[in-house]
Amino acid sequence: MSGLVARLRLAAPAALVPLGAVVVALLVGAVVMAVAGVDPLRGYDAMVRGALSVSNIDFAVASFTAILAMSLAFAVPARMGEYNLGGDGQLALGGISAAVVALYLPAPAIVLLPVCLVAGALGGAALASVSAPLSTRAGVPVIISTLLLSAPAVALTSYLVRFPLAERGSAVPQTSRLPDAAHLPSFPGTSYTNAGLVVVVLVLLLAVRVDSRTPVGYEIRVAGANRGFAAYGGLSVPRLTLGTLVAAGAVAGLAGAIIVMSQPFRFIDDALTAPGYTFAGIAAALLAGGRPALLPLTAALFTVLTVGSAGMERDVDVPRQLGQVLQAVVILVLALRVLAARWVARRARDAVGGKV
Amino acid sequence: MDVFTLAFVAAVLTSSAPVLFAALGSALCGRAGVFNIALEGQLLCGAFTAVAVSWWTGSAWAGVAAAVVTTTVFSGVLALGAVSWRADPIIVAVGMNLLALGLTGFLLRELLDATGTFAPTGLAGLPDLDVFDGIPVLGALLGGQTLLVPLALLLAVAASLWLNRTSTGLRLRGVGEHPEAAASLGVSVTRYQHVTVLLAGALCGLGGAQLSLGNVTAFTENMTAGRGWVAVAAVMLAANRPLLVLGACLLFGAAEAWGFRLQGVGLPQQLTDAAPYLVTLIVLVASRLRVRRRLRDVDPVAAVSAAHPEAVVHPEETR
Repeated sequence: MSGLVARLRLAAPAALVPLGAVVVALLVGAVVMAVAGVDPLRGYDAMVRGALSVSNIDFAVASFTAILAMSLAFAVPARMGEYNLGGDGQLALGGISAAVVALYLPAPAIVLLPVCLVAGALGGAALASVSAPLSTRAGVPVIISTLLLSAPAVALTSYLVRFPLAERGSAVPQTSRLPDAAHLPSFPGTSYTNAGLVVVVLVLLLAVRVDSRTPVGYEIRVAGANRGFAAYGGLSVPRLTLGTLVAAGAVAGLAGAIIVMSQPFRFIDDALTAPGYTFAGIAAALLAGGRPALLPLTAALFTVLTVGSAGMERDVDVPRQLGQVLQAVVILVLALRVLAARWVARRARDAVGGKV
Repeated sequence: MDVFTLAFVAAVLTSSAPVLFAALGSALCGRAGVFNIALEGQLLCGAFTAVAVSWWTGSAWAGVAAAVVTTTVFSGVLALGAVSWRADPIIVAVGMNLLALGLTGFLLRELLDATGTFAPTGLAGLPDLDVFDGIPVLGALLGGQTLLVPLALLLAVAASLWLNRTSTGLRLRGVGEHPEAAASLGVSVTRYQHVTVLLAGALCGLGGAQLSLGNVTAFTENMTAGRGWVAVAAVMLAANRPLLVLGACLLFGAAEAWGFRLQGVGLPQQLTDAAPYLVTLIVLVASRLRVRRRLRDVDPVAAVSAAHPEAVVHPEETR
């Protein structure tokens, strides 16, 4: 029993860091609002209402679906120490793939829905998979190749939606409305919240299970903890890199497909990347600290920040970019997690009598 | 396509300059053993400050000075986080890049009362050089440029000389290559790393100012649009050597300038926008494959470490 108390006392500081990061970010946001001449309490009230009020929650849940998926797209490769920052490209490519299939494949909903989702996942996975051999064969870090591939992929979708796939006679760069068979069924009484949420939650459950209960999940974590040891122990690091990146790209592409297959049922240029789902997802994944089961919680937090900051802009005229600032502060404070870890290690050392 | 006209080369120099400033800063950091990929955010910080201060004071050079100061202060986040507190430099950089994106967008609305783009008439841009007018080749190359463009080229040469021909440059390399050895000779590792990170911040300030007051005269939200990451790729391509960084950045500039030309003959902008990133990535992959093959013939261990440069550039974990 006393052992448990001692362990809790040692572990508490590390657990406090994520909470502290959120508190610090909220304080920074309060200061920024005060400087901008807005009562912080009114600002945060507008933010929470902007996301969670009865009229807004429907849209917020749809954003939550996208952010949860994007947090998974960052978290899976991060488990083995690779950073996937190319979420925007994977998201956009997944969205456009799903849109193309929906527009050109005449099929009933029972066929079209899964095919579109798979097409989206394949689109994202194809882009992300390129980064694996670039890393393991050419030594170009995943963080750089995913980013450099993301911009051209987004540009490609932008081109497609402006020229070959553009809706005729429309001033907005967008595809035609997808056929009814490709509309994800929404929950009763909602227009944005739909089966996409169920799909992403199922994928998350699968990811949690693979991570904690299967040999592959264990291998990924070993490779993350010590790549040299993993290779020495006979694990194929190139295969694990490819696998995690394909999974990450697939989830991101799936998110793109879900967005396109929800209201307003089109691929609209910029509509997938402009809300900043990718970085909200990264922040959520970092806050969850490599525990996939915590992702719904942290993704919900960043959904409130992302969606709510638009409401804050409407109601109290604080620019919505404040949401990004708060996310960035959370990430920066989390980077200092190592300080807490070092502090814990020192306390543990002191606890056993100063012996190293 | 008249690719080899002097006007085209001049356009290449213009496109390269902002990336070159940032890449030089990152290369110096790499030599000092600090992995600096917060370039996107620092460029954005410089670009915004330059435009805001130029607008308020009416002087573009005041804008440049303010950009240097502000971005140097901003780079202090990396100096504190990655050097003093030895946090993961990648996470710190991701946070800094997002912070700069959010803050500049926020301040654009709050301070300059604009959304998206700020380009009022009367915003003072950097003046074009006129000292080279009438000189045959130089006049055509540098005539329409700001002073910052030749400065970037000179700084690449200066950085190379500094690293390879001076005692402080030697110490800086020592700090990066073998911190323990440098420390045992009385060199303060953290001081060298701090100063280098701040210096890189100042360089990014210049790069951002050139982007928003030289290449164009405007600030647009997220106007760096990946240039910071191209700079990271250029540094990697050049293995932190300033003269090779110059070459890599000229290559990027050529891709961008060539893209502008192709738009002129009717190719959609969306496709030409993608070219610089793809060219950078393809050249990076090709060069690393070559380095790897050569190393494998000579030294298999070095080949492995070359495959994971981030592990070598960032030796904190073993300390």
